Amino acid sequence: MDKVFTSGNHCIAESAIRAGCRCYFGYPITPQNELGEYMAANMRKAGGVFLQSESETAAINMVIGAASTGTRVMTSSSSPGVSLKQEGLSFLAGFEFPAVIVNMMRGGPGLGNIAPAQGDYFQSTRGGGHGDYRTPVLAPASVQELADLTVKAFALADEYRTPILLLGDGMMGQMKEPVVFPEPITDLPEKPWALKGRGDGASRYQASLILDGLEMERHNWKLVRKYKEMAEKETLYELYMMDDADFVVVAYGTTARIAKGAIKRARKEGLKVGMVRPITLFPFPDKILQKVARQVKNFLVFEMSTGQMVEDVKLALDGLQTELSFHGRPGGVIPTPIEFSRVIHRYYRRM
Amino acid sequence: MELVNKWPKYYKQDVVTHYCPGCGHGIVHRIVAELLEEMDLGKQAYLVCPAGCAVLAYRYLDFDIIESAHGRGTAIATGAKRANPKLFVISYQGDGDLSAIGTAETIHSANRGENICVVFINNAVYGMTGGQMAPTSLIGQNTMTTPTGRNPEVDGYPLHITDVVAQFPGVTYAERVSVGTPAGIRKTKKAIRNAFQTQVDGLGYSIVEVLSPCPTNWKMDPVTSCKWIEEEMVKEYKPGLLTDKREERRKEKG
Repeated sequence: MDKVFTSGNHCIAESAIRAGCRCYFGYPITPQNELGEYMAANMRKAGGVFLQSESETAAINMVIGAASTGTRVMTSSSSPGVSLKQEGLSFLAGFEFPAVIVNMMRGGPGLGNIAPAQGDYFQSTRGGGHGDYRTPVLAPASVQELADLTVKAFALADEYRTPILLLGDGMMGQMKEPVVFPEPITDLPEKPWALKGRGDGASRYQASLILDGLEMERHNWKLVRKYKEMAEKETLYELYMMDDADFVVVAYGTTARIAKGAIKRARKEGLKVGMVRPITLFPFPDKILQKVARQVKNFLVFEMSTGQMVEDVKLALDGLQTELSFHGRPGGVIPTPIEFSRVIHRYYRRM
Repeated sequence: MELVNKWPKYYKQDVVTHYCPGCGHGIVHRIVAELLEEMDLGKQAYLVCPAGCAVLAYRYLDFDIIESAHGRGTAIATGAKRANPKLFVISYQGDGDLSAIGTAETIHSANRGENICVVFINNAVYGMTGGQMAPTSLIGQNTMTTPTGRNPEVDGYPLHITDVVAQFPGVTYAERVSVGTPAGIRKTKKAIRNAFQTQVDGLGYSIVEVLSPCPTNWKMDPVTSCKWIEEEMVKEYKPGLLTDKREERRKEKG
C-alpha cells in the first residue's frame, strides 16, 4: 500500500471508513472541521451515513441510536463540543454500546481558543459525564498512529462494548504527515445484542435505567471488571531511549513529540534522558512506570495543561522513592523542543 | 362465536402496570401494539421510550425498545433509522421531553423530514417527577411549580409545538387527537395508523399529539380528568389534522 500525505483529521475519517464505520454524526467546531467535511465527501460513497446534526448533544444521541443497531459509528468534536457530548457518553457507558468519539482538544476553559491544548485529560480519563464509569482513551502522537489507533478504537469498542475516546489536539488534527492507510475491514464482529427488530425471536430492550440499587451496583462493578480486563490486555505505551536512561520524561500526544526533540538535544549533550509515552491514557500504563522506577528515580511530566496526567503518574509512583517534577504550557501555547530541553537540563542538574 | 376482543400480540401478558389509575399511557400503548400487529410491523419495530413515566414501556410492549435520555428521543430515532432503514422507528415522548428539553431535537428531526413516527403524549404536566409545570400547561393551571396557577407573565404561554412543526415542509403528517372519550380513542388509533403508514410508504416525518389524562398530577379522579381534557385542554389544543402532505410527497417521489 502506498504512502499518502494527509492531515490528521482527514486521516481519522478515512481510517474510520476503512475500519467499517458506516455512520458519522457531527457538528462543526474548530479545529476538527476537516474530519466531518471528509466524511461528508466520502461516507455516502462508501454506502454509509453522514449527518450534520443540530448540536453536539443531538450528534452523540444519534450515535447511540446507530450503535444500538450494531452499526460502527463515530462522532468527532473539540473541547467545548465534547463537554456537550458528556450526557451521551454516560449513556453509552451505561448501555454498554460501542462507539468512537474523537476529541481534538483546544485551549479552555469556556470557549478558550482554537489552539492545541491538553486540558481535557481529566474529563477524558475520569468519565466526564455523570455516574460511575470511565471511558478508555487512546492518545496518538503521529498521523500514522491516528490511522492505526482509529482502527484499534473500533475493534476495542466492539470487543469490550464501550465508548472509546480518541484524544488528540488541534496540532494532531491539522498537521500533515505521510501515512499508510489500513486495508479496509469487511469482516465485522457479530453483535447479538443489537436491536434489529425482534423478527421471529423474543423482543429485547436496551436500557441504562436500573431502578434496583443492588442491580445497579452489580452493573457498576461489571463495568469495573471490564476496565480491569482492558488494563491487563490493552494498555499501550512507547518507551523512547529508555535502555540506559537515568532520567525519564512522561508525556503523551503532541507534547510527547515535542519532548522527543528535546530528548534528542539533551542526549547530544550527554544527558541520559528517556521517555515513557502513554498511548492509552485510561487504562493508564502505571505498571511500566513502576518498573521504570526500579532503575530511574527522577520523573518529569510534560503536558500542555496546568497538570492533569501528572496526577496519574503520581498515583502510579505512590510509595516508591522517586522525584516527580512537572512542566506545563496550558491555554493553547505550543512549547518548543528547546524550551523542553532547557527544562530537562534544569531538573537533570538537580539530580 | 367469534372472539373479537383479543389480547394484542405485541402487548405482554401477565404484567402489572405501573401507570396510575386513569392514566392515558396504557391506552396509547395498546393502540401502538394493536397497530403494529394489524399492519404487520412488529417484527421490525424499534421504539424509543422517553425519560418519564413511559420509560418503563418495555415492561408492556413486546417488540424491540430502547430508552432515551430526556428529550433525545428523535435524535436516537434518527440514528437508528439512518443506520438501519429497515427498522420501523417510533419515538414515544411526553410534553416536557419533546417540547422543553428536547425542543431542538424535535424541531430538527422534523425539519429534516426523518422517516420516523413521533407519538407525543401531551398531558400538560411533568408526570414522573411529580407534577411540575410543562411547556404545555394551561394558563391558570395549578402545578407543583405554578402553585397559584400558570401566569404567562412569569411562566410563559402554552407551547403549541405540533402546530410549529406541522408547518415544516419535512413534516408529512401531523394530527392532534385526544383519548378523553371513546370516540377520541378511535380517532387516535386512526391518526397513529396514518402516521405509521406514512413511514411504511417512505414519505417522511409524522407526529400525532395525544391529549392524555394524568389524574394523579392533575389531582382529579379519572372521570373528571377525561372531562377536563374535553372541556379545558381542547380549548387550548384543538384536536384535528394539522398537516397532511402525503399526496404531495408521493408525487415528489414519483
